[in-house]
Amino acid sequence: METRLNKKTRAALSVIAIALFVILVFLGDKYISAGSTWKMLITVIEKGSIFALVAASMNLLNGFTGLFSLGQAGFMLIGAYSYAIFTIPGKSHDAVYQYFDGGLIKWSIVEILEGKMGIFGHYLGMFIPMLFAGLFVALIAFLIGIPVLRLKSDYLAIATLGFAEIIRAFFQWNTLGPVTNGSNVLRKYTTYNNAIFPVIVAGISIAIILLLINSTYGRAFKAIRDDEIAAEAMGINLFKHKELSFVISSFFAGISGALLAMFQTTINATPFNTVMTYEILLIVVIGGIGSITGSVIGAFLFTAASEWWLRGLDAGKWLGIQSSLMRPGFRKVVFAVLIMLIVLFYAQGIMGTKEFSWDGFIGWWKKLPAAIKGWPQKRKAAAAAKKEARAVKAAAKARAKEAKQDSEMKKASGAALFTPLPMTDHVVVFDKEGK
Amino acid sequence: MLAIRNLNVHYGGIHALRGIDIDVPDGKIISLIGANGAGKSTTLKSVMGLVPKSDGHVYWDNTDITSLKTKDIVGEGIILCPEGRRIFPDLTVDENIAAGAYLRKDKAEIAKDRDWVYELFPRIAGRTWQLGATLSGGEQQMLAVARALMSKPKLLMLDEPSLGLAPLVIKDIFAVIQKIREDGVNILLIEQNAKAALEISDYAYVMETGVITMAGPGKALLSDPRVQQAYLGE
Repeated sequence: METRLNKKTRAALSVIAIALFVILVFLGDKYISAGSTWKMLITVIEKGSIFALVAASMNLLNGFTGLFSLGQAGFMLIGAYSYAIFTIPGKSHDAVYQYFDGGLIKWSIVEILEGKMGIFGHYLGMFIPMLFAGLFVALIAFLIGIPVLRLKSDYLAIATLGFAEIIRAFFQWNTLGPVTNGSNVLRKYTTYNNAIFPVIVAGISIAIILLLINSTYGRAFKAIRDDEIAAEAMGINLFKHKELSFVISSFFAGISGALLAMFQTTINATPFNTVMTYEILLIVVIGGIGSITGSVIGAFLFTAASEWWLRGLDAGKWLGIQSSLMRPGFRKVVFAVLIMLIVLFYAQGIMGTKEFSWDGFIGWWKKLPAAIKGWPQKRKAAAAAKKEARAVKAAAKARAKEAKQDSEMKKASGAALFTPLPMTDHVVVFDKEGK
Repeated sequence: MLAIRNLNVHYGGIHALRGIDIDVPDGKIISLIGANGAGKSTTLKSVMGLVPKSDGHVYWDNTDITSLKTKDIVGEGIILCPEGRRIFPDLTVDENIAAGAYLRKDKAEIAKDRDWVYELFPRIAGRTWQLGATLSGGEQQMLAVARALMSKPKLLMLDEPSLGLAPLVIKDIFAVIQKIREDGVNILLIEQNAKAALEISDYAYVMETGVITMAGPGKALLSDPRVQQAYLGE
């Protein structure tokens, strides 16, 4: 039976679910002791929400506008550095920039605002460089987009991938050391103190992405993805919308970069490489290209698997199995196999192009007991169908063999293999059986 | 009215259009017939600014629109319903229709026009939630015409609306084209199905390898022996 809730009920359900989740995360981070296994869950939620944001931003570009771009890690890198550089406390500069005489910038926005406005200033001081990170990345994306977005499909992917690599090398350049600390890590900058911070920031950002997708602009993006020529003939300015999608996507990649910097507490340009871009792409593919809900689910699943469930694969022991194969790096091998299997057999991902809706969820929940109960029968039916198909195939094979033998025999005996069709001098009307 | 004067288009080294003159007066259905590769689609695409013109002018109600961008030409009230339907397969019928009204802001008027196009094509009106890709060929063509109409055009240019459709469906679509003209939209029609096109057009041009070779009222061309031999297969 199909259920349809009214708008108010749906909104209320969403608000309750989100509030409950945020409160649970807040309490969880505050009261679960550091050594406990459940602390891992909080870490997964923190990192998962950061990756959910960057995956959603990549999906906006790849899944909704049809632009195959692989520059996401580069944009995150710029975002992470833009945030960190402006929030390192004054007295820590000498320690962080030890090879560059304490660096060029000797102040921290957080400290300045905290001194003036207290705790509110502290959070404002975190918010401003985070917003700056997003805007700065958006500006760079705008400039790069002008030449790069004239390229199509694979060429665009190569160009953006190359750009990300150049950015990584650029930030490690020694001459920029007084600002970026060269190839050394940036640390001691201000971070959040509860896991709800990234959850809330990522949540609001993803909500904005969802609103955008459902607006006129979103429809224009999808039209461009489906058919560029038709979209242009409808009066949609192709370049303007591609650029808009690229800039917005990069803005949120920058924000997620800033969040990742806070999560890690130290950053360095090295890990923002192609592997990271492919991890984000993997999340998008697992979740479903063209579904923001899918990207969010994919991000949490991926993070849980890589940080928690599959950790043992690198440590030598996983689910009680011990093997000399399981040494550092083996986890990546398993991931590689996993992505191949997904692309081969489950290319639409978890959600396909569908989004979460309460109606759909309730329908699924109602059908769940019946589906579990009906599972053995379903399996039996599937097995029987398989057996039948095999039998039909075998019979067809036998018939073909017989026909071949028959024709060979006729050929050997000199008999005609077929009779020619009758030729008439008037029009013949065939009935439905073809006679 | 639309006036095309001495239109020339080059594709690389190929001189695809060699000085085309066409008029589309108000309240008329004008068609352009000719064989494959004669340059019919190129004519429409260059009017829309989708293909660069190398020489000539396009006038629209006494303004020169030769060098306008596609989106501005759509804003002027000219729309192209492209060859091969080109609907958006992953958008629903309703979303396809909404995409057609992309440049318009007046919500009430858009809703009115949506009702109008659904009235013109009742076959797609009942399938607003279906994805474009799941429609049949004829329904996709209807959707493509409906989508083009949502820009509230004064001139609708149709590129091969009968392509790959069954004779009955073609009849339906051509009947609607006449109805659209009665609603005050001028029509420039491109067809390989010369008979169907000539029957409904007030005036027609015959095109051959980039030049106009014949012109005349639809009915007159239909009975012209040269046209009959070359395009009607009689």
